Amino acid sequence: MIFKVLAAGELEKFFELLVVNKLIGPVERGPAVDGRLLFDFAEVAEIAELRLDFTQTVHSAKKYLLPYLEETGVFVMEGSDWEKRVDYGAHQPLVLFGLHACDINALNKLDKVLLAEPYPNRFYGAKRAAMFIIGHSCRPTPACFCRSMGADSVRHGCDLFLTPLGDDYFVEIMSSRAFHIMESLDLREPTRRDHKRFQEQAKHRGNLLTAEVDATDLTKILDMEFDSTVWNEWGRRCLSCGTCAQVCPTCYCYGLEEVVALDLAKGAKIRQLYSCNLLDFAEVAGGYNFRPESRTRLKYRYYHKHRGFVEAFEEPLCVGCGRCGTNCLAGITVPEVIASVRRGEVENG
Amino acid sequence: MSDAKSYLGVPVLRPRVGFFELTSCEGCQLQLLNNEATLLDFLDLVEIVNFREGMKESGDNYRIAFVEGAVTRADEVERLREIRRNAEMVIALGSCACFGGVNQLKNRFNDPAWVKREVYGEYPIDSQAAVPLAAVIKVDLEIFGCPVKKEEVERIVTNLVLGKEVKHPKYPVCMECKAHENICLFDLGEPCLGPITRGGCDAWCPSNRLGCWGCRGPAPEANVDELRKIVARKNIPLERLLDRLECFGGFGGEADAVRKELGGLK
Repeated sequence: MIFKVLAAGELEKFFELLVVNKLIGPVERGPAVDGRLLFDFAEVAEIAELRLDFTQTVHSAKKYLLPYLEETGVFVMEGSDWEKRVDYGAHQPLVLFGLHACDINALNKLDKVLLAEPYPNRFYGAKRAAMFIIGHSCRPTPACFCRSMGADSVRHGCDLFLTPLGDDYFVEIMSSRAFHIMESLDLREPTRRDHKRFQEQAKHRGNLLTAEVDATDLTKILDMEFDSTVWNEWGRRCLSCGTCAQVCPTCYCYGLEEVVALDLAKGAKIRQLYSCNLLDFAEVAGGYNFRPESRTRLKYRYYHKHRGFVEAFEEPLCVGCGRCGTNCLAGITVPEVIASVRRGEVENG
Repeated sequence: MSDAKSYLGVPVLRPRVGFFELTSCEGCQLQLLNNEATLLDFLDLVEIVNFREGMKESGDNYRIAFVEGAVTRADEVERLREIRRNAEMVIALGSCACFGGVNQLKNRFNDPAWVKREVYGEYPIDSQAAVPLAAVIKVDLEIFGCPVKKEEVERIVTNLVLGKEVKHPKYPVCMECKAHENICLFDLGEPCLGPITRGGCDAWCPSNRLGCWGCRGPAPEANVDELRKIVARKNIPLERLLDRLECFGGFGGEADAVRKELGGLK
């Protein structure tokens, strides 16, 4: 890893170098009624729009790789013949400016599933390859439990990572592309004092991480507690609305639908991001449904993320960003669900 | 317009269709005429023999009848039964036809005679309780919405013509609302029936910053009890939830239960 220090005043120069491409970054979306300031990722043209001091975006950045709706093929009919056209949707390089560690780790988890041979997802892969990612240290919220998921720190998956140190930025250069872009900027070598400031920042962030999930032996405990009654209570509350999966940076399940255009001359196969909490997720031919009750659907979402994925990849399919819980109207949060499974009962149930 | 249509070389029969209206604003039918970009393709796909809003001619030789509106008069009952006799397939078009729609609000008053007097005065008119088509005849397919979403009707008609299965989304409005990355209206202090209302509208209202009023009726698994708790936690008066639950008739049972608790009418 190459460490450098960038004067804060140089950040705009860096931004200008990148903004010739389509650039996505955190922007403010106004206050919620409870006073929280809301943020989301959006296309940014001026550095003034960029809110690098954001807490957490409402939605994750996954749509830039996994659009909510995506045509996986267009079929052009002519007579009794047809031609298939495929567009991976990577038309231009994309700069993601200001992703937190959790969201970068989410992409690393998606990579493990979606880029793996023998059936990599070319739509995801093409977009991922055409992406330049700048990480930025975060301002944890009371909902964040990334440390419990081992996702509070970035080791790879982005081109460089910025940590503000007062007037300076501590820069971790993580790709040769980033190294070459940074060459034209006024960088200096970090001093011992910078290293110390970097560690102080990390400590400060750590102190703000108050939510926790005890992941010790979790795969085994989930196996043991498969029939736990806590799932009934969480199922009773669940709206089966799919919001948790839509805002989740790692949920990648989808449905496919073939549609024919009104003029019958064109067709398309459309992929729609879906959620295992939706009523018909496990519905099969003949109308049979493996998970007709919301409690089993909700349970399987947890089992996929915190048991099945761990067994397959040695890590959970969760980065502890807290979006699912923050956006769940019924207030179903990962820390509370996991704690209730361990306890054997739901508090305030 | 050609009479012969084909799909991948296989001839496709253009079905003869009729559009009819009972008690309604005829706004659902207007939706179909509204999008000029696809109107010609739509007209090319079906053979319309009856469409008061769109043409002068009318005929009774149709296979598929799209019926908009609620049934509120004795002559409408007769007319609907006749449509059922003529058509192989009857499609309820829009919330009035599916649930009674806005018209069924009048059923919510204790004294129907008072409602009639307030609206029509001494003018003699037959006006009964508003009911959906299915209360009078067998309905083969429902297309929800106030108004219906033109793109959805076009997709359904395309599937009917091709003999493909017509499926409605089973997820609630939230799913499509999140795909638009809207800020949740509850976060902005407004009530919304999105979590319990059937999706498929592409979150039309919430995407325009209007909380859902439930025009498409309940999703197949609508957790109304939990939504009531959420509304209470957000300090939104139950009456505001009731306004929405009873507006289009899809949540009739749930609205009755809430009203009873509030000690209201009926």
